[in-house]
Amino acid sequence: MALLEVRDLVIDIPTEAGVLHAVSGISFAVERGETLAIVGESGSGKSLTSLALMNLLPKRAQRRAARISFDGIDLQTISAGGMRKLRGNRMAMIFQEPMTSLNPAYTIGNQLMEALTCHRKVSQREARDRAVHLLEKVGITAADRRLSQYPHQLSGGLRQRVMIAMALMCGPDLIIADEPTTALDVTIQAQILHLLADLQKEFGMAVILITHDLGVVARVADTVGVMYAGRLVETGAARAVFKHPRHPYTRGLLDCIPVPGRTVPGMPLGAIRGQVPNLIGKLEGCAFRNRCDFAAPECAGAIPLAHPEPGHDVRCVRLPELEASA
Amino acid sequence: MSETVLELRSVSRTFSLSQGMFRRKATLTAVASVSLKVQRGEVYALVGESGSGKSTLAKMLLGLLPPSSGEILINGTPIAATDRIAVARRIQPIFQDPYSSLNPRKSIAQLIALPLVVHGIGTSAERQKKVAEMLDVVGLPRRLLDASPSQLSGGQRQRVAIARALVMRPEVVICDEPTSALDVSVQAQILNLLLELKREFGLTYFFISHNLAVVEHLADRVAVMYLGRFVEERTRAGLFAGPQHPYTRALLESVLTPDPDLGVPDTHLGAVFPNPLTPVAGCAFHPRCPAATDICRTTAPPLVHLADGWAACHHAPGLAAQSAA
Repeated sequence: MALLEVRDLVIDIPTEAGVLHAVSGISFAVERGETLAIVGESGSGKSLTSLALMNLLPKRAQRRAARISFDGIDLQTISAGGMRKLRGNRMAMIFQEPMTSLNPAYTIGNQLMEALTCHRKVSQREARDRAVHLLEKVGITAADRRLSQYPHQLSGGLRQRVMIAMALMCGPDLIIADEPTTALDVTIQAQILHLLADLQKEFGMAVILITHDLGVVARVADTVGVMYAGRLVETGAARAVFKHPRHPYTRGLLDCIPVPGRTVPGMPLGAIRGQVPNLIGKLEGCAFRNRCDFAAPECAGAIPLAHPEPGHDVRCVRLPELEASA
Repeated sequence: MSETVLELRSVSRTFSLSQGMFRRKATLTAVASVSLKVQRGEVYALVGESGSGKSTLAKMLLGLLPPSSGEILINGTPIAATDRIAVARRIQPIFQDPYSSLNPRKSIAQLIALPLVVHGIGTSAERQKKVAEMLDVVGLPRRLLDASPSQLSGGQRQRVAIARALVMRPEVVICDEPTSALDVSVQAQILNLLLELKREFGLTYFFISHNLAVVEHLADRVAVMYLGRFVEERTRAGLFAGPQHPYTRALLESVLTPDPDLGVPDTHLGAVFPNPLTPVAGCAFHPRCPAATDICRTTAPPLVHLADGWAACHHAPGLAAQSAA
């Protein structure tokens, strides 16, 4: 059984102008030790999906699903107290902005130790030892001394490491990392990703990585889900998706990024014309069709999942024609 | 035939920071003795990580911040001796965040026309005509003239910022991370537009970015900045084919291309971050450098001249021999 299973997740947000369909029926599963990357541009619903898994959605957002289960526990019927026991303990989250997600009024040590003492019966001494151990693990030198420092005394890279150490305090089974390296410099990004991969191997954690950075996804993910306008338009093994992208949106995205050695300097990059559709109101058919070069009348109808190869799902009705033309 | 349009001569900028009420003020050197020449019609890219001094340099180029020492020249005339309005006519900025760089209370037409109004160019009708033309140039529909920035997407806002920068027909455009706040698909649209406009108007770009893939795509010359200093300046082709400074090398290795066959690169960089308030002896990069030796800890590195530029590293020739082997 998968560690986390999500089936037909829907997130609706009522607004003055009508209901905003932020996420419209997505399904995925994550195994232990596996890294699932959810890629998408802003407004695709990827961050709301991660919040929905942790029961942290804003109050007015409405969540529905056929199934959301974590290690056999139904997260839809779980009590608030039960969820609190899971959150930060067996499911942990790393947020994008380490500056806003650490409390500026408490020391690093305080916040790290609290993550453990909240969930386990341990002495202050033990909590402290674990904090020091994990800070060293995430590559922070003089960890002992850092415990008494406040978040503002650390650089962005160090703060992000502290966030990772905090997520690891209870030895979680699942880490949800929402753009964990986006705010960091490139050399530090590489260091942090390295670290996450090492720790994952060591502790056998499952990781859900939410990002818009296709480079990061290609390098670290086992499975990739590409989100567009609240739907997963393509899911599959990272290798398959990057070597042979099937959905026109995935293809378009990959053509958009300059790649040294592949794109010719100075020549126009591929671009996806138009804009993301408005998600308020009734949505039918493929949400990408108004930007798609292969759109046909049938794209306005229901879009069943196509399975071009085992484990590779694509939500596109034009797939046979697309494959034939390629 | 090249002509220098923008030149910096040993430009430095220091800031004095208060350390507390009774403590001595500390001096932070944001830009240390930077010299460069930008030729007309080229894209000069400046690469560096946060805190390297890129934005301070950009502010000085725009005349928003005077250098502490050194000189900035446009077409051979020092900026300091030219009045700000005249500088603004020649150099215009495009900033990173189109959500904060556009006044939310003005209409798109007002925003784009503002430089014309400030410089007292044309009658109201002429300005309107010019603004409408600019919208066509940057690919925005004219119906957006009366819209406010809040009704526009990020990509559209950045197009407005570009239109506003170009309405004065400047010679140099300072692009400070113009696409890093945008989505991938929109980033490509804006980069394509920038390249197209450069050809059409014969613009010179001073392009600041931390994204090396983007820089590789559009730069002619590239300078790499670390802690306020230039560590390497080369042609695009030379730099990407054979980086000489270990920091440049680490930056290039950190570029994550979407290749599922490659893992996360190990840059072998130390995690020790020097505090810019307490300058280190010798080479500023030595605490993180995998190739540092004794001399790097004591003596500032010399400029090593290369066929297509230079690098400031004690070991630059040795590293070159290594990469050739």
